[in-house]
Amino acid sequence: MIAFLRNTWRGLTSMRTALVLLFLLAVAAMPGALLPQRDLDAGAVEDFVAANGWWGRLLGRLGFYDVYASVWFSAIYLLLFLSLIGCLVPRTVEYARSLRAKPVLTPRNLARLPHHREGHTDADVADVMADTRRRLRGWRLTERAEDDGARSISAERGYLRETGNLVFHFAMLGLIAALALGKMFSYEGQVIVLADGSEFCNSGTYAYDSFQPGLRVDGTNLTQFCVRVNDFTANFLPSGAADYFRADIEYQAGEDLETGTWRPYALEVNDPLRIAGDRVYLLGNGYAPTFTVTFPNGEQRTHTTQWRPVDQRTYLSEGATKFDPPGITDPAQRREKQIAITGLFAPTAVLQGNVLASSFPEPRDPAVAVDVMRGDLGTNSGRGQSIFEIDQRMVEQGRLERVARENLRPGEEIRLDDGTVVRFDGVERFAYLQISHDPTQVWVLGFAIALVLGLVTSLTIKRRRVWVRATPITDDDGNRRTVVLLGGLARTDQAGYGEEFGRIADDLLPPREPEDVAERGVTTGRET
Amino acid sequence: MPVDETLSTYSDWCYGSAVGVYVLAMLFSLVDQAFGRHGTRVARARELVGAGAPVDPAERQEPASSDRAWEFAGAGAPVEATDRPEPPGSSHRAERARRFGRMAVSLTVLGVGLHLAALALRGLATGRVPWSNMYEYGATLCLAAVITWLVVLRRFAIQHLSVWVLLPVIVLMFLGGVVLYTEAAPVQPALQSYWLVIHVVSIALGSGMVLVPGVVSVLYLVKVRKPEWAGRLPAADVLDQVAYRTTVFAFPIYTAGVIFGAIWAESAWGRFWDWDPKETVAFVAWIVYAAYLHSRATAGWRGGRAAAINIVGFAVMVFNLFFINLVVAGLHSYANG
Ligand code: HEM
Repeated sequence: MIAFLRNTWRGLTSMRTALVLLFLLAVAAMPGALLPQRDLDAGAVEDFVAANGWWGRLLGRLGFYDVYASVWFSAIYLLLFLSLIGCLVPRTVEYARSLRAKPVLTPRNLARLPHHREGHTDADVADVMADTRRRLRGWRLTERAEDDGARSISAERGYLRETGNLVFHFAMLGLIAALALGKMFSYEGQVIVLADGSEFCNSGTYAYDSFQPGLRVDGTNLTQFCVRVNDFTANFLPSGAADYFRADIEYQAGEDLETGTWRPYALEVNDPLRIAGDRVYLLGNGYAPTFTVTFPNGEQRTHTTQWRPVDQRTYLSEGATKFDPPGITDPAQRREKQIAITGLFAPTAVLQGNVLASSFPEPRDPAVAVDVMRGDLGTNSGRGQSIFEIDQRMVEQGRLERVARENLRPGEEIRLDDGTVVRFDGVERFAYLQISHDPTQVWVLGFAIALVLGLVTSLTIKRRRVWVRATPITDDDGNRRTVVLLGGLARTDQAGYGEEFGRIADDLLPPREPEDVAERGVTTGRET
Repeated sequence: MPVDETLSTYSDWCYGSAVGVYVLAMLFSLVDQAFGRHGTRVARARELVGAGAPVDPAERQEPASSDRAWEFAGAGAPVEATDRPEPPGSSHRAERARRFGRMAVSLTVLGVGLHLAALALRGLATGRVPWSNMYEYGATLCLAAVITWLVVLRRFAIQHLSVWVLLPVIVLMFLGGVVLYTEAAPVQPALQSYWLVIHVVSIALGSGMVLVPGVVSVLYLVKVRKPEWAGRLPAADVLDQVAYRTTVFAFPIYTAGVIFGAIWAESAWGRFWDWDPKETVAFVAWIVYAAYLHSRATAGWRGGRAAAINIVGFAVMVFNLFFINLVVAGLHSYANG
């Protein structure tokens, strides 16, 4: 049993497993790019399932539309995480040990190393050793006495490579952990705020149009702050392409909430407001037409409701503005008299026949093409309904009827058969805001930076060794000379070590005789 | 800011001429590849495996010693000589072919000049950085690839391989100029940020640089799998080194580029990582290159398999550039801009 566990652990933490898991991760991530994903576009997922029948549904059951939350994807990265830990622990121990270890013994036969060179000198062994030490300053080295009066130095350099590698992998570990924590405690919500001084306060999920909490967020205890949108500026190029957007907002957080102080901020795309640990983004914008309904009893109601742009080039928008008749207390009667104004809004109107289109996104010549519906909107039925649409089932059941269809310019009105007057007053802009909260994202950033630094260190520094052996000899003429042998080995990748070894050898050995030059290819110069 | 039509037209001319010059360089280099004499300076094979492995007590203690065995075994991996014996009398022709090779390099440098001018003029014409749509991005990426290749040539005498590097560059630039061409225009609000400069430049650099190891790894596979076709290619060992060293240079730049992208996304889209298709495939490519680096440290995976992984990595990059941008539209709005 223990043996089994140990073998499993060994297998899991081996380099080959890590490689296979990396591959699996790459392959498993791919469907997320090729199939529609629920969190990006739920509508596209539904269309895809509808278009593909049983295997569309099968893919759904297997989690292919939520790849990054699926069991199999999580399993792969958890295994990788474990493998990473299992790989890092022994390597860290080994690393700590190697920091104190002496460079390894000089191999007996230096000529067998990938880099080596030999030279003869008149200097004695001690001088050669001293020169070597001077030349190899900054290397970790030990000197040893060998047989026959020879001495050798082994030197090693580039321990930072392993440091960088460990920093890199630990940063990976930290990054994955921070991401997981972020999933727990972050939240995100979207809200549309009219640019007429309307306010949004982050006091609860009810304040949002949509809200996506992390696994451990229940919607209470959101960061307290308020935002007021005073004005919205958009600039478009003559082609209709957007040039820039800006929402002039004011905000209050912390103490300002008590003192009622508002601070101004120009909210732009790419430039979120960062307050109290939350971020407020300007994600979009659009128009909210204002309608006034004068009921037969003389009472007036005015609503400004956002309509949603259906065409980003022209801001042609669609929506539904809904009114409850005033002064009617009986719910059944009231449901006969509810009014909805639904249709299209064009900031710069062009009429093709009677069909309204828009030619430009700025409000140069705003107009609406609306149906006025009267009857039961279905708002009391308990079913939530879209603010941009009327409930078509009410229309189908004949409980909501079209009583007028008209194109209106600002100030123009429609008089209905019962004396109700519907007037199109004008238009206001709205800002579409997103509020994001992610307490671990600075950690993610920190780990990401450590990751890159570790990576660069590890990939640019070579762990390399050099050995120098000086052996005294007596040559044919009876002179005492010293044979100096150099050997070099890069512990990780040979790439590029030859040049450095060549320089060291050039410095330590006397200029070479011609027959050595053929050897140059081995140790210096280009790597070809 | 209005677009300067004149400058933008000059930019297009420069782009076209750059492609033309690259084509010429490729043809010259083809002559060199076909008739030149190469690879005389090849490291000698050192048989270190087995008998000669140095005594290394520290190595023995290492827990992963089996995985690490290659460090010594691999250090002396046999190196092939590349030379086919030249028939006598061919050396004159070979020398002329080599001259073509040198001219190919000079032409490539000229092409880079025109290529740079094309991008610079576009930048001047639009008053913004010249990599804000797919056409411009592709041009930047190709420039990075060619410059990388020129840098490689300074360290490795393999200019006769230029033809294989220039070929995909020319194809990409041709596709870019014909299929993806976009009129010079200012950028939309979502792209107006200095992160556009930092993120896109690092991604384009990283992706462009890995074209070189991608191509060289293909040559490597040809060399080791079909040696009979590959008499004129340098030693497998040299190809492996070129691929490794350029990848190792490009990978951190690409990594940083992805991180810059995340930082930008955080301030532009409200989330630093959204698994949008472009991000996903960038992540996959990153993982593949991480696997490449791992494979070189794994017994039994060096050489052919590592080269294959490198090729997959580049394939994923190209897939991201074309398929994801053109077929799967995500948030990365420059694709349709
Ligand atoms: C979470 C997934 C992982 C990723 C993305 C990853 C990525 C990388 C990268 C990019 C490198 C090259 C940079 C460098 O040398 O520092 C590398 C090297 C290395 N990794 Fe990983 N790694 C992962 C998991 C692991 C695991 C689980 C192990 C152990 C089994 C491991 C062991 C190593 C070793 C030994 C090296 C050094 C290779 C060499 O000396 O060239 N890695 N890794």
